[in-house]
Amino acid sequence: MIPELGQFSLILAFCLSILLGVMPLAGAATGNRLWMRMGRPLSAGLFVFLGICLAILAHAFVTDDFSVRIVAAQSNSLLPMQYKVTALWGGHEGSFLLWTFMLAGWILAVGVFSKSMPREFVARVLGVLGLLCASYILFMLATSNPFDRMVPVPPTDGADLNTALQDIGFILHPPTLYMGYVGFSVVFAFAIAALLSGRLDAAWARWSRPWANVAWAILTIGIALGSWWAYYELGWGGWWAWDPVENPPLITWLCGAALIHSLAVTEKRRVFKSWTVLLAILAFAGSLLGTFITRSGLLTSVHAFASDPSRGVFILAILGVFVGGALLLYAIRAPLIKSEFGFGPLSREIFLLANNVILVVAAASVFLGTLFPMFYQALTGDLISIGPPYFNIIFVPLMILLVILLGIGPISRWKKTSGAYLRRQLGKVAAASVLLGVALPLIVLLDISIPATIAVALAVWIVLGICRDLVAKTANKPSRWQGLRSLTYGYYGMQGAHFGVAVMLIGVALTSYFSSERSVLLQAGDSVELGGYEFQFAGSERIAGPNYDADRATVLVTRDDEAVADLYPELRVYLANGAPSTEMAIDPSLLRDLFVTPGEIRDNGAWTMTVYVKPFVRWIWLGAIFMALGATLAAADRRYRKLARARGHAHDPAGGEMKLGEAWSAQPTRSKAS
Amino acid sequence: MMKPHRRKRLGAILFVAFGLSVAATLTLFALSQNINMFYSPTQVANGEVESGTLFRIGGMVKDGSVERRQDSLAVSFVTTDFVHDVPIEYEGILPDLFREGQGVVAEGSLDALGVFQASRVLAKHDENYMSPEVRAAIEQAGGSPENHQFRESPED
Repeated sequence: MIPELGQFSLILAFCLSILLGVMPLAGAATGNRLWMRMGRPLSAGLFVFLGICLAILAHAFVTDDFSVRIVAAQSNSLLPMQYKVTALWGGHEGSFLLWTFMLAGWILAVGVFSKSMPREFVARVLGVLGLLCASYILFMLATSNPFDRMVPVPPTDGADLNTALQDIGFILHPPTLYMGYVGFSVVFAFAIAALLSGRLDAAWARWSRPWANVAWAILTIGIALGSWWAYYELGWGGWWAWDPVENPPLITWLCGAALIHSLAVTEKRRVFKSWTVLLAILAFAGSLLGTFITRSGLLTSVHAFASDPSRGVFILAILGVFVGGALLLYAIRAPLIKSEFGFGPLSREIFLLANNVILVVAAASVFLGTLFPMFYQALTGDLISIGPPYFNIIFVPLMILLVILLGIGPISRWKKTSGAYLRRQLGKVAAASVLLGVALPLIVLLDISIPATIAVALAVWIVLGICRDLVAKTANKPSRWQGLRSLTYGYYGMQGAHFGVAVMLIGVALTSYFSSERSVLLQAGDSVELGGYEFQFAGSERIAGPNYDADRATVLVTRDDEAVADLYPELRVYLANGAPSTEMAIDPSLLRDLFVTPGEIRDNGAWTMTVYVKPFVRWIWLGAIFMALGATLAAADRRYRKLARARGHAHDPAGGEMKLGEAWSAQPTRSKAS
Repeated sequence: MMKPHRRKRLGAILFVAFGLSVAATLTLFALSQNINMFYSPTQVANGEVESGTLFRIGGMVKDGSVERRQDSLAVSFVTTDFVHDVPIEYEGILPDLFREGQGVVAEGSLDALGVFQASRVLAKHDENYMSPEVRAAIEQAGGSPENHQFRESPED
């Protein structure tokens, strides 16, 4: 009976989302205040009822109700409790419910944190989001009902959660990724609301910025978690595989990064307006594309859910209606948008434009490489795959260019910068970068190579650029400390995120070029040497886990006869269905990871193993953390809150907007370009 | 005569168009250099692939065909679409879900003897999921993937 209540609750949520999609938009169009005001309570109701759906489904998983089809397919009575709960999103239906619930959460957040925005604008944003949510719920009801029952006879036990998913990474990665992904719907809705109202002004960009920042920050963490999980769970020691389902989040992330920068220009200089709107639409399209690829089963991937063509068509229809509709609206409105200020050929605007072009070209090339096999098959009938070298060839030069510009952009000035000024500011920084780029890898890794030199030089370029800028920004203050305190959260956020780029760059480059690995066959007592470390296979034992049996090997790692780490890789067999799973063992540290992947046990007791030494691999995820923290810090900037308060007192929305616009245009000179 | 601002604009448009076409050309070139074709055992047996060409092959691991060397990581097995077989040799660690009677995709090339020398072996990630390539390969050869898709039923 309880799952039927969930179904009922889902239908109610659908009705609420339809109302939310219609009433506030109609109200904004006709000026009916009552209809507009319905947005907030409806969004709260939607959140509550989708929350009930999720809770009921979780209850079915926790209580082993195998009459519910997805519980039978994805769970098992032996499964530890934390995985019973999270097995909910171990398949298509449950994960889509989670996705929709995340959207409802964002809608609720918009309702709560939009007190300062004009009534019509909030109504339009909530309306667009309501329509989107309605289409998701309709998709669930029509093609992927999570509350489906097994009739007539339910199985006595479930088929178990895929063993690769029984891991902390599975608890963290999907919800975070979804939350970030779905957050770009909010920015999209802001853009559509602005297009609908025909007021694409600085105010729109200012309201969008914190949302874009937070969505991007969460997406960054979501992607990083996925990378970290794949690294230690899939056992091939890689952190990014250019997998067709890894790529759409990256496309969204790249568009999102471009959007964050473009929004800054639109807000402060009132240029790039139509471009910014287009980016908001693109980032959202990227997120829907990800859903489509994962759930349509069109591409081969480790992530693909068991496929059903009708789902793919439905999602494609959602994508077509929303993105197509948005682009149509854009085509109608864009000619009306006028940029207000000009800028010189050497200015911060130009650097940010270059940033946008590079990021979007990178996103487009990832898109092309991801979907090319599909197009190719449709045209020729031949099956192909695109290798990682394609992505690397395109990506590496683009990112090098981006990082060089990243060092200059924050120091350059709005509107017009002189080349002499930039040379004065950055000449020594550039020289130091080259010098340290050669020296540092030599000192730390006792090795010289061109890729490492380029990477370290670029990272130093970013870091010293940040320091140089801090010095310049605080030079005219009575004391350094006062100077540092006068800088805004927005500024520190930006520099923090840029610092993250430097950290990630080091991680990516050094791991890619200095990792070593060896696959070996070892008898107990044998050892293998790799990268100065000695890995000795001391023996193995049988152990019993909560829902699996395992053979556990003991690998003793020494360096110059000193113990470094004891590693215990496992070969598990899960009791529910006999599924095998290998558990790597890792000794992590900031400068290098030692990593053992077990292969198989031979009849004579010998183990096959792959051992890895991966320098600086942690820096990849550390960099992502800095980026996410930076973006969040920037979203917490006082001026958004200050403006929110000021806005709260203005009665006439149009008048208030204009006053704020004026007040704002005086500010950038103070906060960033001093 | 064109007005100066028009000429400037035309110049900008031409510049952007030029940049875009260069970028597109380079991208397509990179793409064409990195295409891995996928062939089924039947296509390989029919001699559609020359030896030395890098490609992917997919099919089922034939029952009873897996042989491991006792003193090294070398392993050999036969992949089949239930019509034709192709022998595969590989040196390295096989993925978790590599089993006889299960789907497999290998990347590598044919040697002079017609043996596929794999540089990478991919097994499917999910028990119930069959990669579209393997499915298509078997269907093309006239087999039915449904009969072979699932693992042996659990012994409980």
